[in-house]
Parts: sequence; C-alpha cells; structure tokens
Amino acid sequence: MVHTYKQGGYNIAVDVNSGAVHALDDAAYRVLELIPSKPVDDICPQSIIDKLKDVLDADSCKNAYRELFSLAKDGLLFADDDYIDVNRAFPENPPLKALCLHISHDCNLRCKYCFASTGDFGTGRKLMTPEIAKAAIDFVIARSQNRRNIEIDFFGGEPLMAMDSVKQAVEYAKEQGKIHNKNFRFTITTNGLALNQEYIDYINSEMSNVVLSLDGRPEVNDEMRKTVSGDGSYEYIVPKFKKLIDSRDKSLDYYVRGTFTRDNLDFTEDVLHIADLGFDQLSVEPVTAEEGCLYALQDCDKEKIFAEYEKLAEIMKERRDFNFFHFMVDLEQGPCVIKRIRGCGAGYEYAAVTPEGDVYPCHQFVGKEEYRMGNVCDDTFDKKISDEFMGYNICTRESCKKCWAKFYCSGGCSAANLNMNGNLEDSYELGCELERKRLECAIMLKVHDALNA
Amino acid sequence: MNHVKTINSAVLKESACKGGCGECQTSCQSACKTSCTVANQKCENKK
Repeated sequence: MVHTYKQGGYNIAVDVNSGAVHALDDAAYRVLELIPSKPVDDICPQSIIDKLKDVLDADSCKNAYRELFSLAKDGLLFADDDYIDVNRAFPENPPLKALCLHISHDCNLRCKYCFASTGDFGTGRKLMTPEIAKAAIDFVIARSQNRRNIEIDFFGGEPLMAMDSVKQAVEYAKEQGKIHNKNFRFTITTNGLALNQEYIDYINSEMSNVVLSLDGRPEVNDEMRKTVSGDGSYEYIVPKFKKLIDSRDKSLDYYVRGTFTRDNLDFTEDVLHIADLGFDQLSVEPVTAEEGCLYALQDCDKEKIFAEYEKLAEIMKERRDFNFFHFMVDLEQGPCVIKRIRGCGAGYEYAAVTPEGDVYPCHQFVGKEEYRMGNVCDDTFDKKISDEFMGYNICTRESCKKCWAKFYCSGGCSAANLNMNGNLEDSYELGCELERKRLECAIMLKVHDALNA
Repeated sequence: MNHVKTINSAVLKESACKGGCGECQTSCQSACKTSCTVANQKCENKK
C-alpha cells in the first residue's frame, strides 16, 4: 500500500508497510499514481506512457518508472506486510505497565467541555486516599511482569487537590521500585490554578513529565476554562506555568496542552500564542464532545480544520522554536512495528484507577460501569474486558486494515469510537480524518527538513 | 536517482526484528489523553 499526496510544494509517497518515505518530482509522482500494485519489471507499461503523453515525454516516464521499480525491488515501495507477527504484539497475558491514577475526582475549575463532568466523572467528588494510591502501585507492580519502566500519571479532576496522596504514592512507588527492580516515571496533568512554589519545586524534582492545561489566547481559554466563580483562568495560571517551566530542568519533559473546539477553529492562533508566551512543547487537540453539543466538532468543520493544520505546518517550515505534539513523528527510529500494532494499550497495558480503587480500561471509560474491570483493593482485573480491548487493533478493525496511516496512529481511540459510534470497533471517522491530515503535515515537515538540510 | 529522493528507509520492517520490548511510554500518558498518536513516541530499546 502506497499513500501519495502533495503538500507544501512537495510530492510525497509513504510506503505503508515498510515505513519508507520518498519525495518525488512531478514525473515520478504522475507515474506512481498510475501504478496499481507492485511492478514486476522495470519496463514502463505503454498504457502509462499513453495516459501521460500530454504532460510527460516517454523517456521521462520510462526513467521514473525504472526508479520506482528499483525502490519496489528493494522493499521501499509496495512492500508486503508478511514480516509482521501479530502474536508478538498480543501475548496471552500482557504485562500492565501504565496507570492513570485519578488521584482527585474534584476540580477547582469548571471547564465547559470537561469530559470528566467538571472533575468527578459523574461519580461524586472524592479524593484518592494514600492507601488506595499505594494499593494501585502494588497492583501495577504485580502485573508488570518483566517490564522495568512503569508510568504513573496523576490525573483528575485536579491532582493538586490531592497532593498528600500524590506525594505518598510517589514515595511508596520509589521504595517498592527498588525492591522489585522497577523504574517508575511520573507525570502530573494539572490546570495550574493551585500551583505554588512548593508544588512547582516538587513537580520539577519528581515528575519526569508535566502536562499543563492552557487553551491559548486569553479569550479562548477563558471562554471554556472558568473558575468556580465564573472568572476566566488565564490570568491566574499563565504566570504559574511560566514559573514552573523557567525552573524546570531542560532534560525533563513537559507539554502545555490545549483543546480546540468549534468555537476556535482558527486554533493556529492559539498554538502561536502559547509559543509566543515562551513555551516550546505544545499540544493543542480536538475536543472530545458528544454530538449535538454546541462546541463539538462537526463533519462540516473538516475542511476548515484541514486548512488550519496546513497553515500551521507552513508556518513551522520556517519557525521551529516550538514542537507541536501532533506534528512530531520520528521517521528514523520511532516506535517498533509491534508497538504500532499494539496502539495505546488501553485495557491491557494501560488502565485508569478511580479514587475508590476501581479499574477501568482508560481515563475516558471511568464512570461507564459496564467497563469496570476490577479494583486495586481486592486485586481483581477482568481478563475478559482486557481481551476484548486487545481484540480491536489495526489488524482487526476493517477501516484500519485499509488505512495508510495505521502504523502512525495505531488504531485510534476506543473511547472516541464508543462515544461517537456506540461501539469500540467502528472507527470514529472524523477523528481518523483529522489524524491523517496531521500525519500528512508531520511527514511533509520531515521531507522539508531533509531536502533543505 | 533523478526522480525520487528517499527520505528514510524501511524502518518498520527493520524494527520487527529487535522490537517488542514494551519499555516505551504509553502514548496516552505523554500529552494527548484524547487523541491517539503512537508514531511520535520514543523507542527505548538501546540494543
């Protein structure tokens, strides 16, 4: 399978199964578009020469064809996927290696678009006790098998509202990590409102990653991200985020993460605003919202969003003082093909734990009772649900099988499928289309870099 | 080649041989939490 497209002044071919990416001149691009499957020899079919006779002379056709055949012969074009062993991606009992700890089902903001129903996921405002947090650490260690790296994301609600539990969990995980030879890595996702110097110092010393929520321009952020009293949050959080990042070791990760909705389809302005504030690791993502909701993205917004991603990519051809999460792609040594088949791992490699200790396939399933997999206190973990999630992947989902982007997005998001289509299996098409557009932008930027090095 | 410039080689196929250690970051833990992208994660296999 080969995906061809034009963007940013480049003709690009992505060979799906090998992962190779090529930049083509107009002749090769035109010829490649007319080759339906792997060529058997280097002689250009007369039908292609005839079809292109008005735009390309026969010699150019033949030469381009010869080069394309050579790439195919070398496994860089029309490659087969027969080297992939799906069973390696999905072993009988996969290790659990990442937990999203809902350390707080309470929040000090009242964001309009919150998929957690302003923090409590519809389950009542509650903080996770240190005891439950420690039980979650034991739970993941016991199921991590030979995985050394274990990730814990302190999530909410707003995790800063449960800092005592966060600190005790970190302390306990480090102590247990030494005993069981595990390397714990911590992330905290915060709205920033309760940040103070003590918390900033703690986060910068203990968290290998911190995700700071900010939507962009003041008016955009404040329309959605409001305090309990209804004020905008921008003026409170931005100075705190700056203070945190200014004192953070450059070797540690962070993201300033925003959400765009139907109300700010010109989100490039928000990305640039955040970059202009001096933050250089950015992610601005499409809102998760139910259909019918006023700010939910609709199919008719697609072209505008596509154009916006293209606009941002054009700007980033010249401007590289920041990284945009969704335009980051490692063409040289990204994740292995096994990881790309596995995808996000929700429900088997990755799970979410509520303040009560209940386990769900991921943070977006919390509160959906039929997906409750067990509890960290009684050490239960429903293998049937785990197997069900493993069963949906790029090798089984019909829409993924034929998609050129399958090895980059790795099957998309089961929660989005459930929210938008009512089941885990059928891909949420608008989400897929946006993902493909982002990947085209990301790959175009790589081509741009390579050709202008 | 005159018509084609290869930007990167068959990295996926090559990764099938040594991959699968599972030590890399879970994609949703990095920044997204809502929109899956796996290809931007780092490989942690130093072999």
